[in-house]
Amino acid sequence: MSIKTITEEDIKTLETLAAKYPVRRSALLPMLHYVQSIQGMVSPAGIQVCARVLDLTPAEVAAVATFYTMFKRFPMGKHHIGVCTNTLCALLGGDELWKQLTNILGIGHDETTADGLFTLERIECQAACTVAPVVTVNWEFMDSMNPKAVRELIEKLKMGAPVQSTRGVQITSIADSGKVFAGINDGKYAESPLADDSMLAGLRVAKERKMSAPTGKGTK
Amino acid sequence: MALTPVLTAHWDDPNSFEITSYKKHGGYVALKNSLKMTPDEVIGIVKDSGLRGRGGAGFPTGMKWSFVPQNDGKAHYLVVNADESEPGACKDIPLMLANPHALVEGIAIGSYAIRANHAFIYIRGEVPHAIRRVMNAVEQAYADGFLGKNIQGSGFNLDVVVHAGAGAYICGEETALLDSLEGRRGQPRLKPPFPAVAGLYASPTVVNNAETLASVPSIILNGADWFKSMGTEKSPGFKLFAVSGHVKRPGIYEAALGTPMSELLDYAGGMRKGSKLKFWIPGGSSVPMLTPEHIDIPMSYEDLSAAGTMLGTGTPMMFDHTTSVVKAVTRWLEFYKHESCGKCTPCREGTYWITGVLEKFEHGKGKEEELTIINDVCGQIAGRSFCALGDAAATPFPGAMKYFADEFLQATKTSADASFPPSATTIFEKAGV
Amino acid sequence: MTLTSDNKQTNIENSITATIDGIQVQVPKGTLIIRAAERMGTFVPRFCDHPALAPVAACRMCLVEIEGMPKPQPSCAIALTEGMNVKTQMTSTVAQEAQAGVMEFLLINHPLDCPVCDKGGECPLQNQAMTAGRAESRFDIEKRTFPKPIELSTEILLDRERCVECARCTRFSEEIAGDPFIELLERGAKQQVGIATDEPFNSYFSGNTVQICPVGALTSSSYRFRSRPFDLVSVPTTCEHCASGCSLRTDYRRETVMRRLAWEDPAVNEDWNCDKGRFAFAYLKENRLTQPKVRTKNGNQVDALWPDAIDFAVKGLLQAKGKVGVLLGGRLTMEDAYAYSKFARLALATNDIDFRNRVNSEEEQDFLGSVVAGSGGSVTYADLEKAQNVVLVNFEPEEESPIIFLRLRKAAQKGNLKVTAIAPYLTRSLEKINAEVVATKPGDEAKVLRGLKIAQESIILVGERAAATPGTLSAVIEIAEKTNSKLSWIPRRAGERGAVEIGALPNLLPGGRPVTEVSARNDVGAIWGVNGSEIPNKPGRNHSEIIHAALNGEIKALVIAGLDVMDAPDPQALGQAINAVDFVITLGIQENSLTRYANVSLPVAPVTEKSGTFINWEGRPRPFGRAITSTNALTDARVLAMMAESLGLDFGLQTIEELRQELSSFGSWNGKKLDKPSVASGGAANVSVGSAILSTWNLLLDDGALQKGEEHLAGTQRPVIAHLSEKTAAENNLVTGDKVTISNSRGSIIIKLEIIEMVNDVVWIPSNNHDSKVKSKLGAKEGDVVTIHKGSF
Repeated sequence: MSIKTITEEDIKTLETLAAKYPVRRSALLPMLHYVQSIQGMVSPAGIQVCARVLDLTPAEVAAVATFYTMFKRFPMGKHHIGVCTNTLCALLGGDELWKQLTNILGIGHDETTADGLFTLERIECQAACTVAPVVTVNWEFMDSMNPKAVRELIEKLKMGAPVQSTRGVQITSIADSGKVFAGINDGKYAESPLADDSMLAGLRVAKERKMSAPTGKGTK
Repeated sequence: MALTPVLTAHWDDPNSFEITSYKKHGGYVALKNSLKMTPDEVIGIVKDSGLRGRGGAGFPTGMKWSFVPQNDGKAHYLVVNADESEPGACKDIPLMLANPHALVEGIAIGSYAIRANHAFIYIRGEVPHAIRRVMNAVEQAYADGFLGKNIQGSGFNLDVVVHAGAGAYICGEETALLDSLEGRRGQPRLKPPFPAVAGLYASPTVVNNAETLASVPSIILNGADWFKSMGTEKSPGFKLFAVSGHVKRPGIYEAALGTPMSELLDYAGGMRKGSKLKFWIPGGSSVPMLTPEHIDIPMSYEDLSAAGTMLGTGTPMMFDHTTSVVKAVTRWLEFYKHESCGKCTPCREGTYWITGVLEKFEHGKGKEEELTIINDVCGQIAGRSFCALGDAAATPFPGAMKYFADEFLQATKTSADASFPPSATTIFEKAGV
Repeated sequence: MTLTSDNKQTNIENSITATIDGIQVQVPKGTLIIRAAERMGTFVPRFCDHPALAPVAACRMCLVEIEGMPKPQPSCAIALTEGMNVKTQMTSTVAQEAQAGVMEFLLINHPLDCPVCDKGGECPLQNQAMTAGRAESRFDIEKRTFPKPIELSTEILLDRERCVECARCTRFSEEIAGDPFIELLERGAKQQVGIATDEPFNSYFSGNTVQICPVGALTSSSYRFRSRPFDLVSVPTTCEHCASGCSLRTDYRRETVMRRLAWEDPAVNEDWNCDKGRFAFAYLKENRLTQPKVRTKNGNQVDALWPDAIDFAVKGLLQAKGKVGVLLGGRLTMEDAYAYSKFARLALATNDIDFRNRVNSEEEQDFLGSVVAGSGGSVTYADLEKAQNVVLVNFEPEEESPIIFLRLRKAAQKGNLKVTAIAPYLTRSLEKINAEVVATKPGDEAKVLRGLKIAQESIILVGERAAATPGTLSAVIEIAEKTNSKLSWIPRRAGERGAVEIGALPNLLPGGRPVTEVSARNDVGAIWGVNGSEIPNKPGRNHSEIIHAALNGEIKALVIAGLDVMDAPDPQALGQAINAVDFVITLGIQENSLTRYANVSLPVAPVTEKSGTFINWEGRPRPFGRAITSTNALTDARVLAMMAESLGLDFGLQTIEELRQELSSFGSWNGKKLDKPSVASGGAANVSVGSAILSTWNLLLDDGALQKGEEHLAGTQRPVIAHLSEKTAAENNLVTGDKVTISNSRGSIIIKLEIIEMVNDVVWIPSNNHDSKVKSKLGAKEGDVVTIHKGSF
């Protein structure tokens, strides 16, 4: 797999990110997200570039890049597939889905398919326990998954058919998600579906049972 | 007790995340009101309300704000802890998805109160959907003059930056979060100095949980007494309870603090069909587990503490009789091992050790005497680590042993999967591909 | 019990009273519990704690019980407060159990390789495991392992499985050295020390990390697997390299130096030293001369017995009587240099003696005689640490006196020091001490100094390179007086300040006494047992003048000692001078082209085989004893004494005791000193396209003679790169990465170019690294005009 080089244009973007903060070094995580979105990984070259922009040593940048799980030191595929196997998701089916995905894709944790399409990762709790078990595609959530849905998901992604995340946007690529992590607004905030059953569960019961918070002086 | 939708009240609005929807329901009025008060008056109301931190520790928010030195000529910072990563916790992310403006308004009020002109929203990285909604909310708030220069003509300036993490649970620890936000490894800092004195960029800083700040506008709008009319004396107000696990309707239930768990479980439709509650955890994997006998316990800071556990994030995980405690505990320890930052010896080495031994038990290969060793090791971590992550890691095992020692003994012979077939634990009808 | 750091009475207002293990202690406010306990004799075990580094409380080994606190607390990070009641492991089971627990954790993943580990026998982990550890491990799962070892640099190796993650090394590199090239990488149980891909740990201070590593994780390539600590004999020594004057510990085994370490000296090098001082000692074994040699009539050099060689040498000197010059290097001990000073005046009846085998001038002679010699300690390390304003002139601290650099950095880190450097550009080293650079062309120093607003009571540090540009030293004196500032001269070699003090210069006798002063000669004569009138009264020839005189036949014989021809300001001219004279006596430790050429080559003892004293830049005597005693190598002084005796002189100086006694009898000179120089500055040369003004200095690690034989150290040299400003580069059609040819009539140097922000019309290159050998290839010095071209000829 060939890795894209970081261009002068990209370095300008990195400069913009650094300028957002009162102290430039604060931009290091966003910058690493950005170089990863360009190269599919945080490469030694990406580390060098970030170090240069922030006037750090490459070791200082490497220390940060290797601390955070989302930064990969190997080239990721087009899609990053995460399966939550923390306790709750694992018990509710995540372990099963993990096994299924390793079988379908023929790869294990932090590995990439030969066609460069998928990278698979066992991920930790995604703060989506009410919609367990959770699978993520490019960190967009696929809530309340089951084996059938997983099979269909992978088939669609292989065919390039549209896949809508249950909480996020229509799936494109891990590179696009990376830009969002870097703090670059892609304007797709409304592409996410509205509040789902789990988010509305309490409100619905409250309405059913005519429960509400006490009326306050400012309540409209 | 009853459900008290405040933060969630309008989540069924088709555009609950838009500023138009938020303003339609009284949004940003609290900010306007606050700007007419002095910062100290705002702090006074929040203090009076008794609002306590919703991130886990439950520290009184108004008091935290008042710790920031005033007129010290230094820049002050408000940092939002939206690094929701605790296993079981899943309330800040939905909140930011459906109602990001409550957070933004809370940030503006909080910043005004602590005299900060710069705020940062540190959202865990892995949630692009929430990041987008918050980025958009911030942009809309700027456009409407609720952020930026001279907010609503008050002379108060505030810049807000949305900042994504990159996958590290430890960044939920406030000083680790600050280091991470400064572009460093997210390892906790030595205290003192405390963030209120020397936090972000060594300046006075308040770090508040997202839900905490989102709760502030309603308090300003309706008053401290209104807030205190909900909940208990020591745990006033409403709270997002995220009920998950083997329940019929997992989801967000916004209720008064002190609502009994049994009542919340009832709202969630009870346990799934044909199942019996085996154990539950009131507020994330870092707090000790409870059993069905505790189901009537009021979900308040004080009542849970009296029961030997904690409210934590207030996000109960409910597990039924099909669940292997050994597997559950092992998975949590694997999590803590994975997330230990590595800075201090007890947490770094202790989680490595316990996890290794527990994995033997999960596979039915533990030795009875090793239960004593794990217990000892937990004791060697708890209270001796650098930060609370170590204490948290030392929690699940002793908690489980208290109620399920037999199951661990059984795990010296039988694997978790043999004792508790996974197919029964999963929530899909038919396991397998 | 009153405990203070400096044994002075504690100021009661600034002290607190507390209890440790039931004993009441009074300590200065802010004293950490671990230090207070230490001072009362209780050692709380620790790994991450280091007194020179900011506390991190990471290892958790030093947990103690504090009354009123529910959990045990790290004693390395908490200051004792009034009334605090602390119980350490001596009296508290809570503390004891907490420490035992941490020790157990540290050992679970630690390999049981103590028998093959270099640290074995001197390992804090091993030692503390014996007191706080369990006899048998309860750990029964797989240990964490790593492929071993990682090469952090050619010099520093890392065995990750031995590491306890205390971060002393990474904190040292960032806080003290300012070189964060090693960092903690990864997270949790996978956390490990490491470097970035393609950027090794090439810090000048990297060896300190090996010394402060509390386990055997960091080792040096040069010492790894060489010996066991209990086989070594340790002696305190003084570093022979630069003028910083570090205290060292030299460890030797069977007459061979195995390693050297920094020896804690709070007044000078604190806990540290540089890698040159630590690792560059292989030269001690390289091409050692053990036997006197004489050149026979047929031109061959043959081994000779000492009496015969001395006879032969003396005959040669007698033949050239009155026409002998003495050329010395800057690395002699004060005692040996003194012997040359005395020998020249008494035995050779000449003032033609100079230790400055480097760029030098008459102006400098006058500067040394009027301002430096006999001035005692005008500036100290402590002064630097307290200083508010320091001005650097022709002095690059990290390269030329690295312990000064560390002290300036320490002060700069505290935030109250402002450093101003008169230099062609802001080097990375200067950046690390937050220096502000006044970009200056070589030659313009005097002008710039005079135009600069320098705060009153600053400290001015001027380097030996100032001798290259006329007028600079004169201006430095003028400005120091005008601003009431302290002035200190920083030579590059350990023996230079001592050589100034004992008068190894054409115009000076010992103690700053001018040769031209009658009373000075009488003073000296009284000690030497001669009439003052027997001491030559006219200033002699300096280094360049001796060479000149040798070339035109006015000098017929040379006594050459402790110098490397390649160090000479013009090695070619020195070579010609040696060729031109009739008779050459060399005294040295190594056989080289010079000794092979000599009529008489006399072997002398290196620093390890003799006692002596170096005077560091502060003027602080740094005496050291003889480390290795069995080689019977003779000091220079002893050899000179033999020659003098053979000449029938009552020379004395047979033993170090005799030498030191004689030196101490000089007392201070209260008479007239040399006049301060007042040389006009010609300013920087004018250059046009195709040429540039040369700026150059020696990097700390280069191809110097005393660094020979240590390839691991050589591997950490800085890259050899030429620097030009953007404008000058553009005018010459050069871009970064180009090969640039720097040449003059003598020769050329071709190296890679990097454009940086610097003064225009100047090209900077290192003096003595790889292809960049300014002296031997160009015979040029700072301020000379050279031509620059793209590519090679």
